[in-house]
Parts: sequence; structure tokens; C-alpha cells
Amino acid sequence: MSERKGLTAGFDLLPFCGIAVLVAAWSLGIRLRPGSLLPGPLAVARAIAELAANGLLWKHLVASLFRVTWGYLAAVLVAVPAGIALGSTRRPDQAIGPLLEILRPISPLAWIPLAILWLGVGDQAAIAIIFLASFLPLALTVKNTVRRIPRVHLQAADNFGLTAWSRASKVVLPAIAPQLIVGLRLTMGIAWLVVVAAEMIAVNSGLGFLVIDARNAGNRYDLVVAGMVLIGLVGLGLDTVVLRLERLPALRWAYAQAGSRR
Amino acid sequence: MILPLRTSPLPAASKLEVHGLDVTLAGNGHSIAVLRNVDLAVAAGELICVLGPSGCGKTTLLQVLGGFLAPTRGAVLIDGEPVTRPDPRRIFVFQERGLFPWLTAAENIGFGLEKLPRGERQARVAHYVELVGLVGFERAFPHELSGGMKQRVEVARALAMNPDVLFLDEPFGALDSITRLTLRRELLRIWEAERKTIVFVTHDIEESIQLADRIVVMSQRPATVRRVVEVDIPHPRDLSSRRYLELRDGIGAEIGLAHRV
Repeated sequence: MSERKGLTAGFDLLPFCGIAVLVAAWSLGIRLRPGSLLPGPLAVARAIAELAANGLLWKHLVASLFRVTWGYLAAVLVAVPAGIALGSTRRPDQAIGPLLEILRPISPLAWIPLAILWLGVGDQAAIAIIFLASFLPLALTVKNTVRRIPRVHLQAADNFGLTAWSRASKVVLPAIAPQLIVGLRLTMGIAWLVVVAAEMIAVNSGLGFLVIDARNAGNRYDLVVAGMVLIGLVGLGLDTVVLRLERLPALRWAYAQAGSRR
Repeated sequence: MILPLRTSPLPAASKLEVHGLDVTLAGNGHSIAVLRNVDLAVAAGELICVLGPSGCGKTTLLQVLGGFLAPTRGAVLIDGEPVTRPDPRRIFVFQERGLFPWLTAAENIGFGLEKLPRGERQARVAHYVELVGLVGFERAFPHELSGGMKQRVEVARALAMNPDVLFLDEPFGALDSITRLTLRRELLRIWEAERKTIVFVTHDIEESIQLADRIVVMSQRPATVRRVVEVDIPHPRDLSSRRYLELRDGIGAEIGLAHRV
């Protein structure tokens, strides 16, 4: 492998290869079958510009991000302590564990009717669905990671006379941090998938609503695809933000131990 | 031939006492007797070795002494008080894997000292960094240190708590033989300086003769104390002296080892 970063190579084009091929095939297809309802790449780009110009883009984007932020943050704040508690004890886990395992395979979208029934059509229902979708996988990941902490670390914590609080904050949390970051990233992906789906049904704003509304109100497929592109780009952006956490210097040990570096 | 071993008398006053200890662990549907009727007495400031074959229950005994495991029968007394749980006055030293990988060497050593004022904590960490010979490696993470250095950090972390008693569970078992010899000498030097009561578990006959004044020889499982052997060689010990070789062969015979490979 001679993939050296050459002095002359200013900008790496490789990541854009797949996108370029897709866009080329797409516009070729549109040209071969004119009159199709599906718009070409240029029409979609114009649709995005139109959304940006009339302010709808920002309105829907902010609405979606607002719901994801609150649903996801609330889930993190509850799931991490709950996962640590369940992972550190036997009996509460025996009592609650099976319930969580039954709830987990239920698609978060199956909760939409109940969420609307209890919370009405609106932000609360969407946020509640994102909360549910994020909470279960995150709590179970944390629980299982806590279970795998080497016993010597926990025994050392007990031996040094740590209180339950310092034990959790100074030993358990750092020990699970690398796995926790991976869990946070996967869960963020789930939350973003779910908000778009929830917006198609439970609310009347957001990128998911944009997609479904553009089709329902006049078959504006250029807006449909524009919404899809925006959903993908924002999802990528969110992932990049969480991925940054994996590079924290405090987590270097995890990668060093796994032998993937040095 | 008369074995050249002298059974040690019990210490006059003991820091740590074990009375009629039984430990039975629950396995898959059946129970395993690990320790049976173990009696032991350790004097304050003594370095004692517990010697036995692998899997005989030495580590289980140490876990009970450390308060991590409750005995099935019998009791452990330290300063006359029964041991019921781990206590910062008595620190357990694991093999090198016990260090927290997310903390630097200095942070590991200062881990148990958060109640101390900052200046005092730093002074104590610096003292033990120097004592175990790790000056210059304070900011290294465990994964950046060799096995022997990690073990030094582990010992320093335990000593920094200023405990009365140290429990060492085959601390040098995973190290190469040269590092092992060096660290034994270091441990003796530190023990001379700090005079902690040390219970050192090992399966290495020579290690026990090099370190301890008394060696508790355990039997196979369910383990009992076969004999407490007195090591009547002054420090520093000559590893080729007649007495050393006699003790080595005598203890080997006691455990049931032949003298030839």
C-alpha cells in the first residue's frame, strides 16, 4: 500500500466517487425515460434552493433537530444511569431485564398510535417516540458493558473505600466510556431515522413531514427527493459530531489496548 | 533422610489471624470445597508467603482475607476485629491488570487519595513514584509501560494508601524471570523501609524462600495448611547457599515434587 499523502494532492476526490456515479446514472436514466414523475438531479437542486429561499428548509430542519435533540438527550440522561444501575446490581436487573428485552424488538414506530392517543398530534408525541427508540438500545448497551468491566477494577474501587457515587463516576463511567461512545453514535442514528418516520404521521412540520407532504399535496417529487437528500446530509452531520467524541484523548487507552494503534 | 525443614512456632502477637476457615464455592449445580479448616497467624510487620500448587485455593484464601469473599465457616481477624468487607487499611495488589487504563501512572497512584488536600496528595504520589523507581514516567498511561513498570505502579498505588496490610496475589507471575528477581529485591527494600504486614501468595518455591521469613505451605484442594516453614537465612539471601538449596528441595518434597526434571 503506497497511500501516502502526497505533497501535491490537495483534495481527495475518492469519497465523492460513489456520489458522482449515482448522480450520473440518475440523470442518464431520466434522459432515457422522459416524462417520468421522478425529477432529475438538477430539478432536485433547484427544489433545495427554492426551500432555502422561501425559508421552509430552515423551518423543517429546526423542527426535526429540535425533536431529536430533546428526545435523544432525555434518553441519554435516563438510559446511562439506568444502564449503570442495572449492570451493577443483580436483583433489579432480574426484575426489569426481561421486560426491557420484550420491549426492545417492538419497532418504535409501532408506538405512534399510542403516542398520539396519549400526547396528541404534535411535538410531544414525536419526542416521546424518539425517547423510546433511543432509550432501550442505549440502556441495554450500557448495562451489558458494565457487566463486562474487569472484576479487578471494581474490586480495587471497593478496596479503596469509594462511595457508590465515586465508584460510578471514577471507575464505572471511565471503564465503559469507549463502548458508551459507540452506543451513543448508533443511538443517534436510530433517533434520526425515527424522527423522520414519526414526522410523517404524528406532526405537521419537519423533514419527514416535508417528504410526505410534498407527495400528498401535488406530487412534488422534486421536493420529496430534496427532503431525502437533506435528511441524509443532516444525518451525516450528526454522526460526524458524535464521532468527534471517539477522538477524545481520554479514550486513547481503549484503542491502544485493542492494539489497533501503536 | 530427615527433611531439613523447621516448623515455625506461632508468632507471639498476631496482626492477622485465621481460625478454622472453610470455603465452599457453588459451581454448576454442585459445590466445591476450596479451603478446609485453615488456621494461620501473621505477626505485625511480617512478610509471609502462602505457597501452593496452582488452583489449590491460595487466591480464594487471599480474597477472604481481603474481605471480598465471605467464608463458609470460620473467621478472619485483623487487630482482633472480624473482616467482613474490603477496607482501605488493607490493600489488595492484583497482577498488573489491576491498574486503571484510563489514568496515568501518577493518577493511578493517587487514585485512593482524593480526600487529601491537593498539595499533600501530590507530595505522597511523588514520594511513592520515587520509591518504586518510576521518576520520569508519571504521565505515562499503563499501555505505555512494560509489565514490570505496571507492577511497580500497582505496588505504589497500594502503598500510597498507607495501609497496615498488603495482600499480593502472585504479583510477579506474569513477568519475565529477570524482572521478577529485580522486583523481589525492590519489594524487600520497600518492606524494610515501610514495615507493612505483607501476605504474598505464590506458586513459586524459590520466590517464597527469597522473600519470606515464614512460608505457609498449602496442600491440594481442598486446601489446608500442610506446614509453616521457617526460613532461617538472613537477608540479603544467597541463592546458592547450602541452606537455600536445602530449603528449596525440602519444600519441594513437602509439596510432592521430585528433585529431577
